[in-house]
Amino acid sequence: MEINKSMEGKLTFPGQIHETTDGGILVTKLDDVINWARSNSLWPLVFGTSCCAIEMMSAADAKYDWSRFGFEVARATPRQADLIIVAGTIVMKMAPVLKRLYDQMPDPKYVIAMGACTISGGPFFYHTYSVVKGVDHVIPVDVYIPGCPPRPEALLHSMITLQEKIKHEQYFKKKIEEIR
Amino acid sequence: MSTEELKNSITAILPSSTFDETGEFLNVVITSEELLPLMNTLRTKSEFDFDFLFCLTCIDWKDHLMMVYHLLSKTHQHTLVIKAKIADRNNAQIETVCNIWRTAEFHEREVFDLFGVKFINHPDLRRLFLSDDWVGHPLRKDYTDENMISL
Repeated sequence: MEINKSMEGKLTFPGQIHETTDGGILVTKLDDVINWARSNSLWPLVFGTSCCAIEMMSAADAKYDWSRFGFEVARATPRQADLIIVAGTIVMKMAPVLKRLYDQMPDPKYVIAMGACTISGGPFFYHTYSVVKGVDHVIPVDVYIPGCPPRPEALLHSMITLQEKIKHEQYFKKKIEEIR
Repeated sequence: MSTEELKNSITAILPSSTFDETGEFLNVVITSEELLPLMNTLRTKSEFDFDFLFCLTCIDWKDHLMMVYHLLSKTHQHTLVIKAKIADRNNAQIETVCNIWRTAEFHEREVFDLFGVKFINHPDLRRLFLSDDWVGHPLRKDYTDENMISL
């Protein structure tokens, strides 16, 4: 945690030497390196169910170009994807499909809930028989991004937020503490 | 055929039908029992030649259901809307038109799914969009379920 605090505001390659009290330099550095690598190469699954998907495609195109942040390798199979951007309304019939896609993704996996529909059902919250009222009833969500639909800038912001979240993960440190 | 000619010809076939010209098309309002013979005539008789059913849907008027058929003739370039009133909501049924226009087969399945209208002589009347174990017909005005949140 101390290292991560000292890293804040300095998005450099995490290959620096930090003095720590209990000799955790290698372990915490491994976390840093892995997090750095993971966060800069998130492969999103091609998944869009309605108008948010149009904005998602727009974020991928030349004008907004999410490949600047390492998202360009969109995968058509969940087995090769790290990230699922739930772009659009999820209906009851789609929910088991989404769950299955999520289950097929290899760990670590991340979810961005894009737009009002995926957060709460949005405009379909009342008087609906078919819409799932929030995608977090089906799969766990890392970043919520409001809007109807959100602009591509907002999607980029959510992706960068997710990268920040990944950069603060402490997988190996937690494992070592469990062993101790 | 012009609207007036259509009205005269249909009145000659089915004197009990009423007309409504408030919308874009000429609407013919009939009862569900009168549907099949009229539709057969409209399809086969060369002066009508309605060879294209471009919309089939249903309306729930709370006290009755109403089937709506939009017809077009590609040879004569005239359109017509047939509205068939189904008086019995609880046991709603009407003859299928999928023997006349094959496209009606899926549209009627959709109407069956969402409004619960039974189509007599339909070859494969199953739910189309909802799961087979769904209870009720969601586009009916009195439909509700435990997941539905109302204001």
